[in-house]
Amino acid sequence: MAIRVNLITGRTIQQGVSMEAGKEKPAYTTACGIIELDPADFKKLGTYRNTNVRVTSSYGSVIVKAVDATQGPHPGVAYIPMGPWANMVVNPNTYSTGMPTFKGTPVEVEVAKNEPVLGSLELVRKGCRGELA
Amino acid sequence: MTRTVTDVICPFCGTLCDDLEVVVSDDGKDLLEVYNACAIGAEKFLHSQAKDRITRPRMRQEDGSWKEISYDEAIEYTARMLTEAKKPLMYGWSSTNCEAQAVGSEIGEAVGAVMDNTATVCHGTSLIAVQDIGIPSCTLGEIKNRADRILFWGCNPAHAHPRHMSRYSIFPRGFFTGKGHAGRKMIVVDPRPTDTASLADIHLQIEQGHDYELLDALRVAFKGEQLPDVVAGIPKEKIYEVADMLKSGRFAIIFFGMGVTQSLGKNHNIDEAIAVTRDLNEYTKAAIMPMRGHYNVTGSGQVWGWLFGFPYAVDLSRGFARYNPGETTSNDLLRRDEVDAVFVLGSDPGAHFPFSSVKKIYNRPSVVIDPHETPTTEVCKVHVPVAFVGVEVGGCAYRMDNVPIETRKVVEPPEGMMTDEEFLKRVLGRVKEIQGV
Repeated sequence: MAIRVNLITGRTIQQGVSMEAGKEKPAYTTACGIIELDPADFKKLGTYRNTNVRVTSSYGSVIVKAVDATQGPHPGVAYIPMGPWANMVVNPNTYSTGMPTFKGTPVEVEVAKNEPVLGSLELVRKGCRGELA
Repeated sequence: MTRTVTDVICPFCGTLCDDLEVVVSDDGKDLLEVYNACAIGAEKFLHSQAKDRITRPRMRQEDGSWKEISYDEAIEYTARMLTEAKKPLMYGWSSTNCEAQAVGSEIGEAVGAVMDNTATVCHGTSLIAVQDIGIPSCTLGEIKNRADRILFWGCNPAHAHPRHMSRYSIFPRGFFTGKGHAGRKMIVVDPRPTDTASLADIHLQIEQGHDYELLDALRVAFKGEQLPDVVAGIPKEKIYEVADMLKSGRFAIIFFGMGVTQSLGKNHNIDEAIAVTRDLNEYTKAAIMPMRGHYNVTGSGQVWGWLFGFPYAVDLSRGFARYNPGETTSNDLLRRDEVDAVFVLGSDPGAHFPFSSVKKIYNRPSVVIDPHETPTTEVCKVHVPVAFVGVEVGGCAYRMDNVPIETRKVVEPPEGMMTDEEFLKRVLGRVKEIQGV
């Protein structure tokens, strides 16, 4: 079962703190390797909180952990804190402004229980070498 | 024994708080405590003390592992890479001081680089809008002392600028704002009920990406003209209520963030937000201000403004400054394969650029100057660790309202570590030698 949501990204205080503490540390993955979903969207997806999911857009795909919206409700809108996980799927087109379209990317979310959420360095390294599934 | 350094400037966000207190050991080598800072600022100071910090430059080997190199070797590699490239990209510049930005600009001019800062993925579209129609702005001090209508549009200072509301915009008691937050009305426009929105008198939970329509509707509402029943998911009664609230104030300020600059419409959203501010001045005093992210992204815009005439996306490859967002901006250049070397200082495009751009950095000669280990260091060929500006070296930074503030050195960097400015000066010297000028 997959659901379609509108993805936005941005800063969270946990993202900021863990980023300053070191992006190679597990705390950064805990803070940013997530997708915040509305309870209504969780119901549609039919899975428990804290399950790993695959998020796919026309531009890429990434495994993150699905968690409850911390600043909700926002049915139909999903939130991945800014960082390499979000940037795997955001719309990179700038439409002649220089600014990639970080907010408002249509994505599909499906359960991927057994796939791991990679750390930031590993994610970028594997992505560059073409080693990501 | 320890000593306390007062009035320390926080080098994290554009709020540039100037009231931190930092406790350091007597010999000035260890940083022990940070007071008054937000969680992010405190972490930035404390992380400089990390025991696992990288203190020497490193070069990537064939097998993917790192080899430690000397600063001299790193300078040689950087100077060679920049002089041999036809059109290098020199990106970042927002987490360093204006002095280093000025030296970097001189290198950029010498090698014919494209100079771009983090505004390119932050408030670049705001800068385009300002060039379109101008900006009626003010300082944060004026807001603290005068503003009684505060509108946060597409920004979430509770998370991104944690002390902004307590120092300047919502809670402080100023000269004409003696009642503090009780005398102010706060409006938040955001597609999520954010922690900032939870403090607001009115939260407009806008449909994501429909900012232009709602801004336009406000201009209609100011004039008392007819609106459709619902605009951008907001009932018209709410829009009239917000319009009246803004008009009834003595001083209204609009703060805007990534919600408008990064959503579709981009610079046109900001055009419209500035037009709202202009219209509002028919009824009361109003101003508008971008919530700048990095503590000195504003400064890099200032430095390039006075050196080249443009605040970001400056292409020097033809021997004179050209500026054309969409063409001379980092992500467009990388995705179109229009640069052949990448130099990064004071930013982390590896984490904060769309992945299609990151991949391009990986495939090119590249140098990153950064105290941290980051996804950018992971994709670059050479990583040069440097002292933290604002912690281990001082220098000028510009706050989000374009007020320059001198940051302070509070602790010694690890022995033998260079600063951004020292490293860049050495690279500039070597570039001139190679070019024979």
